[in-house]
Amino acid sequence: MASGTKIEQQAKSATKEKFLPRKLIAPALIFSIALTQVPFLVTIYFSLMEWNLLKPQEKAFAGIDNYIYVFKTGDLLPAIIATVGLTAFSVVCSLLVGLFFAVLLDRKFRGQSIARTLIITPFLIMPAASALIWKFSMFDTNIGIINFVVQKLGFSAIGWSTQYPYISVIILLTWQYAPFMMLILLSGLQSQSREVLEAASVDRAGVLRTFAFITLPHLRQYIEIAILLGTIMLLQAFDPIAIMTKGTGGTKTLAYLLYERAFVGMNVGQAAAYGVVTVILTIIVATISLRSLFKVFISGVSK
Amino acid sequence: MKSTKATLITGATWIIAVTYFFPVAWMFINSFKTENDAASLTPKFIFTPTLEGFSRLADRGMVDYLTNSLMASVISTALVLLLAIPAAYALSVRPIVKVQDALFFFISTRFMPAAASILPLFIIFKNLRVLDNIFALSLVYAAMNLPIAIWMMRSFLSEVPHEVIEASRIDGANFETELWSVVLPIVLPGIAAVALICFIFSWNEYFFSVLLTSANAKTTPPFLASFVDGRGQFLAVLSAASTVAALPVILAGWFAQKQLVRGLAMGAVK
Repeated sequence: MASGTKIEQQAKSATKEKFLPRKLIAPALIFSIALTQVPFLVTIYFSLMEWNLLKPQEKAFAGIDNYIYVFKTGDLLPAIIATVGLTAFSVVCSLLVGLFFAVLLDRKFRGQSIARTLIITPFLIMPAASALIWKFSMFDTNIGIINFVVQKLGFSAIGWSTQYPYISVIILLTWQYAPFMMLILLSGLQSQSREVLEAASVDRAGVLRTFAFITLPHLRQYIEIAILLGTIMLLQAFDPIAIMTKGTGGTKTLAYLLYERAFVGMNVGQAAAYGVVTVILTIIVATISLRSLFKVFISGVSK
Repeated sequence: MKSTKATLITGATWIIAVTYFFPVAWMFINSFKTENDAASLTPKFIFTPTLEGFSRLADRGMVDYLTNSLMASVISTALVLLLAIPAAYALSVRPIVKVQDALFFFISTRFMPAAASILPLFIIFKNLRVLDNIFALSLVYAAMNLPIAIWMMRSFLSEVPHEVIEASRIDGANFETELWSVVLPIVLPGIAAVALICFIFSWNEYFFSVLLTSANAKTTPPFLASFVDGRGQFLAVLSAASTVAALPVILAGWFAQKQLVRGLAMGAVK
């Protein structure tokens, strides 16, 4: 009798044990679904409606009209090119600059931690503030420091953010994200085995050869993670475009285009259609990179 | 010979670091200038410092925007921790089947562009009359940061030695004791890192704030961005505003560099 209850209790606590993880993860899961997945489904629904916030009475079912419009007007392809191009250039540039910084900082020297602190600061600055100070105190035609230097060198001033908005955005994003890349790559460099490096120097392998054949292969995993995380963050970069270029000169990314349609043009249906297309494209890009890099991630985590 | 080379590289590193930092320094310097000094065609390094720019920020009501930012960041960070710690616990200390699927789901929501959800959120908030409400904005920030928090938390939790947990279970600790008095104290630094990063992301966020708030709940980034349409000279006051807005995160980041790295790499890099 007594042992029977004990077994029962054990069975009970075993079931409790079994369901506990689900109970723990459920709130996060429900919250996440409610605020990201459900709104996306609603976006799909909106995209099938003819709905302009300025004419709320004329709300009607539109079928795929909005999609036809999105593909016909010819804004979409340039926006895709802008999004992919800006992301790719910024990721590559910040990765290279970050690698350079990481190599420079992977030495012992006086004030090393202060130099590192100076270099990571641009990543910490509020992106809206970065966009503003670059636009008005660095790139400005009259009082910008860069033009001051350019003129001192004997050239005429350049209207960076108006004449070369594309390059300006890449410069700004690289400045912001190179420190992030540097941090990840630096921890990669510092995890290198000192014995291997010493062996290489004993063998007179040379700095460049050591870097190419020992350091870079070792860094591969770190580079992949840096690219993955950089891509996630830079794909969604909105502040520099909204603040610095307002989508001019080939910088009208999908996010900015949608913003313009919805909150300047007040056209919910069309904006939603852009939103759906954006998500589909992002999913394609993301699953390719994520699936291939996910293994790296998991192995990194379980190490 | 070797030491000359090392000195050269060190010198070059310093020049590069200082140049890279210059825009930040320039922002800081400009914030103490008069508008005329800031708009000088030849950059002025020597000038009489003034707090004029900062006092004009107070007139523009920046304190309210900073308060809103602080509230949104604190509330969303608290909510994220509340949701992420149990979830991460379920994914690491007491792994369930399909851990990978659950993780993949969470990380993929982070890939989801804000474009996917902003319209419905805007319209739902409007209908519920919570547009321009700091609590509603905090909910969105919590959803935005949750995936990263779960990833980071999981990596910190998986470092807790299994023996410690086993021992506490043999001692008959129930789940609550196991979590509260065994596991959480060990991962406290990790929780601090997660909180810091969630705070930074919320504090700096612009897109949702500019679209979901206006007069009452506007946070600092949209306030800063409103300078873009300024007329006349405004570099000094803009620099002062940027300095105030950026300073909390800069200081926090400087003092917690190590945690920041681990956290941002979501535990993939140790």
